Amino acid sequence: MLAKRIIPCLDVRDGMVVKGVKFRNHEIIGDIVPLAKRYSEEGADELVFYDITASADGRVVDKSWVEDIAKVIDIPFCVAGGIKTEADAQRLLMMGADKISINSPALADPTLITRLTQQFGQQCVVVGIDSYFDQNSKQYQVYQFTGDESKTAKTAWQTVDWVKEVQDRGAGEIVLNVMNQDGVRQGYDIDQLSLIREQCNVPLIASGGAGTMEHFKDVFQQADVDGALAASVFHKAIIDIMDLKNYLATQNVSIRL
Amino acid sequence: MSFEPQALNTSRIDALIIDTGCANISSLKFALERLGYCIEVSSDKDKIIASTKVFLPGVGSAQYAMGGIIERELGEVIKQLTQPVLGICLGMQLLTEHSIENAIDTPCLGVVPGEIKGIKTHSPSLRLPHMGWNTLSNISDSPLFTGLSESDYFYFVHSYCANVSQYTLAECDYGQAFAASIGKDNFYGVQFHPERSGKSGAKLLQNFMELC
Repeated sequence: MLAKRIIPCLDVRDGMVVKGVKFRNHEIIGDIVPLAKRYSEEGADELVFYDITASADGRVVDKSWVEDIAKVIDIPFCVAGGIKTEADAQRLLMMGADKISINSPALADPTLITRLTQQFGQQCVVVGIDSYFDQNSKQYQVYQFTGDESKTAKTAWQTVDWVKEVQDRGAGEIVLNVMNQDGVRQGYDIDQLSLIREQCNVPLIASGGAGTMEHFKDVFQQADVDGALAASVFHKAIIDIMDLKNYLATQNVSIRL
Repeated sequence: MSFEPQALNTSRIDALIIDTGCANISSLKFALERLGYCIEVSSDKDKIIASTKVFLPGVGSAQYAMGGIIERELGEVIKQLTQPVLGICLGMQLLTEHSIENAIDTPCLGVVPGEIKGIKTHSPSLRLPHMGWNTLSNISDSPLFTGLSESDYFYFVHSYCANVSQYTLAECDYGQAFAASIGKDNFYGVQFHPERSGKSGAKLLQNFMELC
């Protein structure tokens, strides 16, 4: 039976792993390769590396660390941040990344999703979506350039519509990051993820809000997501990956042990 | 694992990965190097023919990948290989007779009977692509699966598959049963990615290198 995936996310800035709260105030957590290796050995099912500065700065940063990661880990990993062209994607895939994830560049030019899918296959094209719940309008809005607070901007897209659009354009997987919940460890946004799940026929990964092992159980059981992504609970050793997987197995969540 | 990595010797090549122009070659090369093997990546006919073990990787569409093989004039070369050959993911699919993706029917290498079609999950709760870690069933006694069991997980990512047949070495289930591995004579194929399947995948690669 296909296992639900536990996915530690490593935000990368200038070759170091960092973590902020609600996308702000980034603090350095450590070197990339030892952390990647540790998570892989501890039972992570997949890793995501977000180069959080790349899109906002309008530059392609040094990604040689991708090859360093590919050499040491034996689980799949995805690289995100600043991928604007087929050539950008090809470089990362050649270095050993299994998937590439696009966010702001897909909003700027949605045809990028289609072009990447046609060249590299649907299986390696992930679209990351930063969704913010607006208390006034009671609507879920898509934001871009969330890696840099000064450039973060609301787009014209409502989240549900953008989720449909990226699937029509060939996305192989969607990572939905709920900005309201990011870094605060109060639980995944089950309501929003359930709503998006109904519209999402490709694998859906929940991101933002994990604080306890129960939060993972809830998001798998109530929102039926395919994977749950988290950062601070793993970086700060609040949750041990193997303990989490053993717990989920006792809760009848299909998991790889 | 009892396997002792062999001393690195640049003059000795243990296996060759066929460079078909697809982009996922590095991870396979690194996985084999972690096991201590010396690997060459090449599309050179003479080197492919001379290698003791050959890998055929692949991602993307069958049409694009077969195009890469034809462009490099490697179709006949691969078909006539007599040493063990392991096709991975799309590389496995290319070993069959033909592949139907999005109504495009692509003739493939035809060294293992069978065809590739879209997965029919028969359930909206089973999303496509089939992406993630899954277990195997009806595992044959092929040396490729020595020491591996139904409790081992392997990493899959695909939307197309080969149906179960007499050439199936192991099955997987995702709404429908399909061939997780196929084999005929010296040709082997796995639908999953052993290079990204943790210790279970490493064991399979080692089996191919040592036992096939």
